[in-house]
Amino acid sequence: MALMPEAGLDITAPETSPASGSWASPGVRYVVRRILAAVATLIFVVLFNFFLFRMLPGDPVKLYTRGRNVDPEQVRKLTAALNRPLGQQFLDYIRNPFAANVDSVKYSQPVWSVIGERVWPTLLLVGVATLIATVVGVWLGIRSAWNRGERFDRISTNTTLVLYSMPEFWLGMILLIVLGVGVFGLPGLFPTGGLSTPGVDTSSLRGWLDVAWHLFLPVTTLAIVYLAEYSLVMRASLIDEMGQDYLQTARAKGLMDKLVRRRHAVPNALLPTMTLIFLNLGFVVGGAITIEYVFSIPGLGGLTVDALSGPDVPLLQALFLLFSAAVILANLIADLLYARLDPRVRT
Amino acid sequence: MTTTVPTPTPTPISASPKSIARARRKASRRAFAKQFARSRSGMLGLIVLIVFALLAIFAPLLFPATMLDVTKATGMPYEPPSLEFPLGTDVSGRSVLALVVWGARVSLVVGLAATVLSMAIGTSVGIVSGHYRGFLGGTLDRFTDWFLVIPFLPLAIVLATVLGASMLNIIIVIGVTSWPGTARLIRAQTLSVGARPYLERSRALGAGNVHQMVRHVLPNVMPLVLANTTLAVSISILSETTLSFLGLGDPTAVSWGSILEEAFASGAVSQGAWWYIVPPGLCVVLVVLSFNLMGRSVEEILDPRKGAT
Repeated sequence: MALMPEAGLDITAPETSPASGSWASPGVRYVVRRILAAVATLIFVVLFNFFLFRMLPGDPVKLYTRGRNVDPEQVRKLTAALNRPLGQQFLDYIRNPFAANVDSVKYSQPVWSVIGERVWPTLLLVGVATLIATVVGVWLGIRSAWNRGERFDRISTNTTLVLYSMPEFWLGMILLIVLGVGVFGLPGLFPTGGLSTPGVDTSSLRGWLDVAWHLFLPVTTLAIVYLAEYSLVMRASLIDEMGQDYLQTARAKGLMDKLVRRRHAVPNALLPTMTLIFLNLGFVVGGAITIEYVFSIPGLGGLTVDALSGPDVPLLQALFLLFSAAVILANLIADLLYARLDPRVRT
Repeated sequence: MTTTVPTPTPTPISASPKSIARARRKASRRAFAKQFARSRSGMLGLIVLIVFALLAIFAPLLFPATMLDVTKATGMPYEPPSLEFPLGTDVSGRSVLALVVWGARVSLVVGLAATVLSMAIGTSVGIVSGHYRGFLGGTLDRFTDWFLVIPFLPLAIVLATVLGASMLNIIIVIGVTSWPGTARLIRAQTLSVGARPYLERSRALGAGNVHQMVRHVLPNVMPLVLANTTLAVSISILSETTLSFLGLGDPTAVSWGSILEEAFASGAVSQGAWWYIVPPGLCVVLVVLSFNLMGRSVEEILDPRKGAT
């Protein structure tokens, strides 16, 4: 019986093609490829953002001013801006995607200046919450996996499953009502909103403490929801790793359990968890939108919800672009870090 | 002649290939149901879901639709729980219990419909991009990558703004934004199915691409699709709640998210009206948790190595 020749050829053919020649070391090639992929994604988002709002039937001016009284001067300016040839608009947009041809409808100033100072609260909220969620989540996951099936694991896994199923803004509202407003005659311990007490200088130590006091509830909310997810992933990843042969070898060598865990199993299990945490930043950003709304924090999330009632389309477009770019960048960093830490993926 | 040749017993011709396949599928379905019934958390999830489904179906019998009418509200605003209103009243004096029971309808319907849409897109993109290795597969794979990276909520917000707020649109928005994860999973499975000999055999017999994908690849990725579906429903329901909370849902329909939106916008938090905020969110948690528990059980049965506890 004759073997099918082309089936065998197919497998080896692409590997030896001269196109993938060795113009650089595999490590450099990997980095270049990841950067190119990130740039491609960014270009896709930029194009998508432009065409989405112009592909739809109907009058774009109506969409931009829906549900709001806009003075005729502004409508005239909008109409002029949006009735230019599509190619012209596109060129302007490409030159400065964040300006998006028109000013923010609600604030009547360039979108970029509206966004500017709002970046820091969001960065602070997302950054601190992610950090706490990562540290606590990974720790919980390790302990659960190591005591698999025991009481700690059962309680921790069940709790995290419940937290994982929770809308973060609802948890925020519950914490706000219990710890901020106070129920059943109990006084509230934390401020019910905002980033700082009006009149307090935020550059002094007292100001920093004031900001920390204001951010306690929102950060806790965001961290709780995401640490649940991270601990579940860390646990699964570590359990997976514990079935590997090299751990058996390490134990057979006579290493203590504690050392096997810390030096062998955990570092390997940590890698997929870390990738997930970076990939998840997109969802944390989403969580920040609702959380900032609930706790009235003057960040990008609060601004997004603000721009929704209207809707302030130019502002929304710019925010979408900014969020996407931030997440794409975070993913790129994760990819590069991952390759640096785990040589197996650097091919 | 000294030796007698034994006459071969004829194979029963009554069993056609189709009926054999049917019998085999029935048996594997039964084995699956048996295993699922043994999983305690999976069954718990199923029971909770059945209760919620019954509540949603019989909502009009339990609470007449007039109870949702703001102009016909019988209570005072923000009444704490009492015998007449077991879960208190909302800002317009309507019974929160009635709102929550009615809200189950929209939340469940939107969650399920959006999941079906997202699964349909994800499965077809995954199979096609895994089956065609050339330009088409590569392009679809890139496309999946792009959508995978774009943050979900900002994308959903932008889409919902463009489409306008209605129940159908929110289903479309969730379906269109949540498919890439499924596509990725199904693509990997399609690639591994594509390497199996029976696909080569069917190609050798002259099967076209569509036939291969529909008759050979699809049945093989179906179990994975189903396990993924239960998990995807929970994400869809959470998304619906979040989008409605931001005021992007159908303004005329009551869902758990829209109840929370109204509660928050009307200042229920500063009023300390916990009975207005806790029930809708608790329902979301229960339903989402049930789908997650079921999904984990299904996953465990299909891939025992991934055992949870």
